[in-house]
Amino acid sequence: MTALVPLVVLIPLLGAATALTLGRRPRAQRIVTVLSLTVVLAIGAVLVWAVDTQGALVMEVGGWAAPFGIVLVVDRLSALMIVVSALVLLAVLVFSIGQGLADGDEETPVSIYFPTYQILAAGVFTAFVAGDLFNLYVGFEILLVSSYVLITLGGTEPRIRAGVTYIVVSLVSSMIFLASIAMIYGAVGTVNIAQISVRMAEIPVDVQIILHIMLLVAFGIKAAVFPLSFWLPDSYPTAPAPVTAVFAGLLTKVGVYAIIRTETVIFPGTELNPALMIVALLTMVVGVLGAVSQADIKRMLSFTLVSHIGYMILGVSLGSAIGTAAAIYYIVHHIIVQTTLFLAAGLIERQGGTTSITKLGGLLKASPVIAVLFFIPALNLGGIPPFSGFIGKVALFQASAEQGTALAFVLIGAGALVSLLTLYALIRVWNMAFWRPAEDVEGYESTMLDNVSEAPGRTAVKEKRAIPRLMTAATAGMVAASVALTVFAGPLYDVSARAGDNLEGPGQYVELVFPNGGADD
Amino acid sequence: MSVSLVLVIVMAVLYACGVYLMLERSMTKVLLGFLLVGNATNLLIITMAGKAGLAPIVSEGVAPEEMTDPLPEALILTAIVITFGVSAFLLALIYRSWRLGKEDSLGDDADDVAMRGGAVTMQGEDTDALPGDTEFEERPS
Repeated sequence: MTALVPLVVLIPLLGAATALTLGRRPRAQRIVTVLSLTVVLAIGAVLVWAVDTQGALVMEVGGWAAPFGIVLVVDRLSALMIVVSALVLLAVLVFSIGQGLADGDEETPVSIYFPTYQILAAGVFTAFVAGDLFNLYVGFEILLVSSYVLITLGGTEPRIRAGVTYIVVSLVSSMIFLASIAMIYGAVGTVNIAQISVRMAEIPVDVQIILHIMLLVAFGIKAAVFPLSFWLPDSYPTAPAPVTAVFAGLLTKVGVYAIIRTETVIFPGTELNPALMIVALLTMVVGVLGAVSQADIKRMLSFTLVSHIGYMILGVSLGSAIGTAAAIYYIVHHIIVQTTLFLAAGLIERQGGTTSITKLGGLLKASPVIAVLFFIPALNLGGIPPFSGFIGKVALFQASAEQGTALAFVLIGAGALVSLLTLYALIRVWNMAFWRPAEDVEGYESTMLDNVSEAPGRTAVKEKRAIPRLMTAATAGMVAASVALTVFAGPLYDVSARAGDNLEGPGQYVELVFPNGGADD
Repeated sequence: MSVSLVLVIVMAVLYACGVYLMLERSMTKVLLGFLLVGNATNLLIITMAGKAGLAPIVSEGVAPEEMTDPLPEALILTAIVITFGVSAFLLALIYRSWRLGKEDSLGDDADDVAMRGGAVTMQGEDTDALPGDTEFEERPS
């Protein structure tokens, strides 16, 4: 079974190489890419089953035992993240194939799109299986470099401008990450996560806090945690719709995943937890206030993305097994729902020619299918029962209430308020774009449209185009997956709870990598 | 752990210059700053290896304590390759930006500019940033 672990990285990489050699045959490229991601999805499903029933898998690359070799570790958290990411990557791929086929691919150099997309997948999976801090850094770099290519795809002026912001911010975060790896190596003499965890206990607490903060800043930039989230709403909306969808769904969550590992394994101490709770509060509130003031659907969704990262940080900052479990369930829910909403925004843009709610109208009549595909994930993100957003938020609030500090209750209140404001922002889109009759768009007066700011430079209404079936099908598949999160919430939440239990204290993780001891010599 | 003072000073200077350059608007300067910061980080890794020693090759008569730590060197090699790849991409991006706009500097986010001026942009208004309404130096047009 351990042989499956490196395959999740190898298959997309080989697929990328194959797709690159097939540059002149787009049809073959598409087949190779779909095939490789389908295989990874299947492997991910097997991994979840195997890890959940038979315990975590540890692969020593090249047969070199830890700490001398590199270890790949798949526990319940990694396995869950792999399967959800593979699902999202596959759905977005199908969506982008549908869009590409319809557009005739004039706009984007398609011969590099599929290889880059698979390298992005390989980077995401590398980060999820890394049992070694430096390997995690390499995983991050792989996914970031391919994301640089994807965000500037086509090389138009707005994309270059937004891309430069994104790239420079990512470079800074990578440098901080690399510097903190160097300092951790200086402090404990190893980069193996399990061994760092054991040796870190012997380091003075003040040094620990410095190293801890450095790692959190590096991951916080990637996860878009306030005040390090400024880059996200500026850079995401300009990319092509499928690229934005996959970035919004996955890339920030890789950062959150790294924060979970940092908090539970590398620095299990609780010194920074109150600070993290305040950061979670500010991320939630500031993010959603941004969302409320946006008229452009894509920008509004980018702000809600930032705001909902706050919920995950809240779960992590509680420092308890149930808090981590709730955060894990929330990540799974949010990856799927946020991606679905961005795909739906892509459909709206195609149908209505714009994503600004001041110019859209009558979509319910024009396309009831899109209306349904937007409405279900919108209610889900807003936390309406019985959807998974509601379940995730209740789990987070329960975990906070169990902790019982005053700050925890403030966060519960803020969380409820933020979910209401999210719902307001999304329902406003529904009212304006779907419910409002198309003939009312000119000169429409509504308090809902007061004080919203338009997306700059994109005021021109593009040509309305027919929506290919493949795009609708991919979005519908994601909506079905988000509904399945509600239907199968019981078993899924049980897996998250067991994953959270695994991460209570670093002992179980260390035990996995060093079953015969030897971590502390 | 003993550390070479010269390396630490060089590292600090590289970091300072690199951060200063990265704060510039010109993309070429940002690239140069990134290169300096990247090399400063490499020096940081190498100072973390501790005292310099013999080459870490197992042979007769060399005790492990006399060898230098080989792991940071492996890490640096990886970091250098990554920096190299990213710089190549940035150069391509700078060239593309120059081809498009004949300029090298990064413009303001037009939405930020609108917000800063207290202007609430509504439908029908021209939302493009005017050249003069940034608090920073004027962009060459």
